[in-house]
Amino acid sequence: MAQPKDFGFGSEEQMIRASAKKFLDEHCNVEKLRALVAGDPRPERENKAAWDETLWNKCVELGWTQLAVPEAAGGAGMKMVAIAALAEEIGRHAFPSPILSTFFATFVLRECGTDAAKAALGKITEGAPMTLAITNAGGSWNALDTDVEAKGDKLSGTASFVQDARKVKFFVVSARSGKDVGLYLVPADGKGVSIKADRIVDLTRDQARVEFKDVAATALAPAGQGGKALSKALPSILTTLAADLVGGAEWALQTTVQYAKVREQFGHPIGFFQAVKHPLVNAMIAIDQAKSLVYNAACAIDTEPEEAEKFARMAKAAASDAASFASDRAVQLHGGIGFTWECDVHIFFKRNKHGQFLFGDAPQQRRKLAPMIVR
Amino acid sequence: MPEEVEKSKDSPEQAEFRQYCRKWIAENKPPKPSFRLPQSPLEVMTDEQRVYLQAWQKKCYDAGLVGCDYPKDYGGGGKKGFQRIANQELAHAQVPFFINVIGLGMGAPTILHHGSEENKRRYIKGILSGEEIWCQGFSEPGAGSDLAGARTFAEKKGDVWIINGHKVWTSLAHFASWMILLARHSNDDKYEGLTYFIVPIKSALGKGVTVRPLIKITGETGFNEVIFENLEVPDTLRLDEVGKGWTVAMTTLLHERGAAPLVTPSAGGAGGDSVGRSTDDLVALAKSSLRDGKPASEDSYIQDKIVQIAIWEEGLRQNMRRARVPSLCDNPMRIPLQGKLVGTEFLQALSHLGLEIEGPKSSLYLGDDNAPQGGQWPLAHMNSYGGTIAAGTSEIQRNILGERVLGMAKSK
Repeated sequence: MAQPKDFGFGSEEQMIRASAKKFLDEHCNVEKLRALVAGDPRPERENKAAWDETLWNKCVELGWTQLAVPEAAGGAGMKMVAIAALAEEIGRHAFPSPILSTFFATFVLRECGTDAAKAALGKITEGAPMTLAITNAGGSWNALDTDVEAKGDKLSGTASFVQDARKVKFFVVSARSGKDVGLYLVPADGKGVSIKADRIVDLTRDQARVEFKDVAATALAPAGQGGKALSKALPSILTTLAADLVGGAEWALQTTVQYAKVREQFGHPIGFFQAVKHPLVNAMIAIDQAKSLVYNAACAIDTEPEEAEKFARMAKAAASDAASFASDRAVQLHGGIGFTWECDVHIFFKRNKHGQFLFGDAPQQRRKLAPMIVR
Repeated sequence: MPEEVEKSKDSPEQAEFRQYCRKWIAENKPPKPSFRLPQSPLEVMTDEQRVYLQAWQKKCYDAGLVGCDYPKDYGGGGKKGFQRIANQELAHAQVPFFINVIGLGMGAPTILHHGSEENKRRYIKGILSGEEIWCQGFSEPGAGSDLAGARTFAEKKGDVWIINGHKVWTSLAHFASWMILLARHSNDDKYEGLTYFIVPIKSALGKGVTVRPLIKITGETGFNEVIFENLEVPDTLRLDEVGKGWTVAMTTLLHERGAAPLVTPSAGGAGGDSVGRSTDDLVALAKSSLRDGKPASEDSYIQDKIVQIAIWEEGLRQNMRRARVPSLCDNPMRIPLQGKLVGTEFLQALSHLGLEIEGPKSSLYLGDDNAPQGGQWPLAHMNSYGGTIAAGTSEIQRNILGERVLGMAKSK
């Protein structure tokens, strides 16, 4: 199947992006973001998930949680290019919310093909935030690596690096029984579930180890089918993360360019100097390629699924590197102030670093791409 | 981009034209010549190369594959959106390139935008057919990146201009009938002291014009220095007004640097069949090269480097696609103005990786029987610096992007 030339980015997708931008400009501009997440700089501050739950309810009212849910499961069934555009705005505002995690859970649930998964999608449509609990203590992104065991419908073990664990109502857990891996739904307040929050660098997310002790769970995908569902959902997860990183990178670029226009040294705005100007141009070039790759990957998921994994890994590789580079230069080129808590750059620097490593950084993506390209 | 995607937007008339192009090219693709063809039109050195390539362009022109979108009055086909199709089909078919690359890419659009009606009728047709080869007189020994520092002087005497000066890096001047020339009519203002002309080369050799070859780092020639000593040029060959030379030069550069498809119909032109232009070339090379006794394609370092190039290549391809979707571009010039910079740096990195894959065999050059692919990879890599230096160095391109797109203060 061939991709449409315009990535399938039509008026509906533009409207979703415009409304997201308007909403986030109002409710998550950098002043509000700073007040929400960067109030207490001390590393030993109280470890809490900084987010505004009333804003989540507004996101649900805007229909965000329904976007990726198929129409057959009661959702809006929007194209991936719409989700990518929304994720780009979320990254550009560093929006602290479980929306990305909920998208990831949605992507996995819609590949399960069971009534239980359909019911779980219904909960998402109604506004219940969810997250994936599928990573082991070693931080492996391999779909079959899990430290959780399933015995019948009871789960025991620990899922690590669980994103937004303290914001969600449900976990989608991968668990092993014998050689096979299945997927299970567990309520966050279920008996035997304990959430051990990590202390993390990123101020806009929360992350935890989630322990399960003989927890009653609903099977979403039977043993042997879990890995398949996760693998099928992977291109969408990678593309959404990449879109978030592209947005975050663009913020770092634009903010630093603005600073380079007003900060004067040696009688010139520092953007006059090529040692400042040229790296910012390099960041722009990296961002533009990453952004083009993101929409290509999203469009492939919509229209050319056989190419989706390749293009999604390319997008995540390029976006991880672009965001890392743009954030790195943002701190450096802000000079002394860039090294301080006072400068907002650190919020995006930290968020972009976190996203860079989720589901594999650029070298990890390239390692997976090698057999697809060097054949 | 996949062929189907290119086809999907064709109107019925365009689809018919595509079929026609495909059939015509299949029936008329010339046999490989007995002599070596260079990697690009800018290294055409010998008369046998010139004659072969000029005949090919003329044949394509006569068949309606060149200048399709130019007005009929100027020798074009008078169509809309046909050149894109012809170019795609020519590229797919891996036919020889068009020799008149400077005329097609820069001369024709510059004359179309700034020439008098008489000039358009007189010169564009010869560019399209390739019967008159063109060159470009911009750079000088003292004016490279600082192009507006040009000192070649044009002095008005009655109805003629007297040209004196020295141009360098003038590709194709040794075959050219005409040159597009940036000259200075006044020293009062750096930019407004510039005026733009068409000047004769071939017919004026020994009568005010001297062309001398310059030898590149590859050992090939193809470009030249051109010296003007009291060359007389009629005022009718001036393009646009006196003092508007910089504006006209910007039109030329816009086309040279790849932003042009947005504003002007392409006059035609398609790539040849040289190595060092895509990831596939690298993969093929890696499979046939050994590294530590095993195929280089199995080496994890080489694999990673090839994948980096593949991502870069896909990124550039998708950039071209996104540049045409306004709702996904905050600033419409952002991607087009990157084209020359990223395209040439990409080819440099790609050709360098070719050398890494070849390892010690990258030492073997043109004419060596054991050189992989005839020594084309070291040739391509050395030539790649022409790309990153000519038409505004990569450093100048970064200034332009930082200033015009990102709005930072102008560097001096």
